[in-house]
Amino acid sequence: MTEMKEKLVFDRPESVIDRPTHYCPGCHHGIAHRLIGELLDEMNLAENTLLVTSIGCSVFLYNYLNVDAVEAPHGRAPAVATGVKRSRPDKFVFTYQGDGDLASIGMAEIMHAANRGEKMCVVFVNNTVYGMTGGQMAPTTMIGQVTTTTPAGRCQTHEGAPIRMTEIIASLGGVAFAARGALNNVANIKKSKKYLKKAFDFQLNNTGFGFVELLSGCPTNWKMTPLQANERIEKEMIPYFPLGIYKDVSEEGGVC
Amino acid sequence: MSKTSERIFVKGNEAIARGALAAKCKCFFGYPITPQNDIPEFMSSAIIKAGGDFVQAESEVAAANMLLGAGATGVRAMTSSSSPGIALKQEAISYMAGSEIPAVVVNMTRGGPGLGDIGPSQGDYYQSTRGGGHGDYRHFTLAPGTVQEAYDLTIRAFDIAYEQRTPVLILGDAILGQMKEPIVPWEPENIDDNAGRDWAINGRTDGREKRLIKSLFLEEGALAGQNKKLQAKYDSWKGMTEAEQFETEDADLIICAYGSIGRIAKSAVRKFRKEGKKVGLFRPITLYPFPKKELKALAEQGKRFLTIEHNLGQMIDDVRLAIRTIADSDFYPVYPGNLPTPDELEEPILNCLEGK
Repeated sequence: MTEMKEKLVFDRPESVIDRPTHYCPGCHHGIAHRLIGELLDEMNLAENTLLVTSIGCSVFLYNYLNVDAVEAPHGRAPAVATGVKRSRPDKFVFTYQGDGDLASIGMAEIMHAANRGEKMCVVFVNNTVYGMTGGQMAPTTMIGQVTTTTPAGRCQTHEGAPIRMTEIIASLGGVAFAARGALNNVANIKKSKKYLKKAFDFQLNNTGFGFVELLSGCPTNWKMTPLQANERIEKEMIPYFPLGIYKDVSEEGGVC
Repeated sequence: MSKTSERIFVKGNEAIARGALAAKCKCFFGYPITPQNDIPEFMSSAIIKAGGDFVQAESEVAAANMLLGAGATGVRAMTSSSSPGIALKQEAISYMAGSEIPAVVVNMTRGGPGLGDIGPSQGDYYQSTRGGGHGDYRHFTLAPGTVQEAYDLTIRAFDIAYEQRTPVLILGDAILGQMKEPIVPWEPENIDDNAGRDWAINGRTDGREKRLIKSLFLEEGALAGQNKKLQAKYDSWKGMTEAEQFETEDADLIICAYGSIGRIAKSAVRKFRKEGKKVGLFRPITLYPFPKKELKALAEQGKRFLTIEHNLGQMIDDVRLAIRTIADSDFYPVYPGNLPTPDELEEPILNCLEGK
């Protein structure tokens, strides 16, 4: 009789702390956290990393990653990270921000940090809604999307159009890398990790600002099952927020 | 112990910038607003030459948050602004107080409320001493009255901020910032770069446990615990008060005034003394913690008090709290929008002295 041995094929990255998360079922923050944790391990960065978290569901990333961290006020993470990086230019610095945080209250901070070409990375989790505060309209909320502050659905003439951040960021001079991925299926998750790695590399090479948008699901506030949320990303979000690399200075020549 | 160098003739704003460099400030985050522009302008080259970094932020909000980030790494950092700009920085200052992040914030005040004017005022006293942002916290607040003192207190502000893990405010005004005086610069020796660093985020390169700097405390009782800790820290500052007393010993009437107004009042006191009138000056240098004990001691000697401020009555509250069980203080406001002279202060002082 042949003895069957267990073969470990999938494990928790060391940079991710072994504890249950507070996220809702079907939420993609956990996947984003894992991708970052894998990269911190693979790139041997954990001990050299300073994380800046912001407000909203994502603030608790500092509870799940085994790195030094500081908490920023709502939207100000790129400014806080500027201070962190300028005072400790030898460290790997990244922020992790949601759509309300980054594209609404923090619009000035993200634009200017990117334009200055701060040598840091920004992970932008876009789920088209304010999650932690209970499902209000975000700057990225889709036209027609029902939220607690757009009960009849977002109307372009009243609330404006959803903002495409990656396209805007890619247009700024100091940006080394800007890309948009999605976390709704395995193929997109793998591609998202490649984008994150590229953004991280640009910082390690001291080239410029790296920005990665991750289209993510919020089944609770979307009032959907996790599978329906994945479908929504595919059918509604990706057509409006196309995936791919929007700027890569290694292909275009460097930034100043 | 300190190294001193030859006298130089500089504006109050420049003295603050030079004091910060002497204190080994490594990062400066600024945004233009009158009347403090000399500070970021000076820093934009001087701090780079000194091996540090300068950022002209996109706003006062961003500058204060850059300060938060730099302070969290344990590196000595500073920002400066003037009244409306300081109002914008209050968000980050509250977070720094809550997260116990050290930083030095300079406020060269101007007239308000609102856009006010670009002339001097002391209208930010409440905001400075009570904690101008949300929540229960206090700023350690230093109020220089001369350009030399602006230099000296800036060095002290860094020591306090990093020893106490707290934002420290230097409260000047348009008079002090724009006035030129000779100063003798000096450099503190043995600045402890590691002061407080056992909390700073600098990467787990030594394999230690991760560090987290935050002001969010959601667990039942956790925020109460943090507030208790902060309050105990503020209470411990009671022994760190400082005030200048000028001709107070035999005075019948004590003028309470701080900063530029304290200096102008001093000129008035000198004139009255020449005329044999027993007037003295009590000038708080730490506005928070307020030198209550020192002031109360004067009240116990039976002296009368007149508080003069370049606002409509703010420090008067602290004066009254200090002496309330024994005496009271009269008040004379210099309206923001007016530039006071020693002559202007003579009549109210005389009236008070004569019990009118």
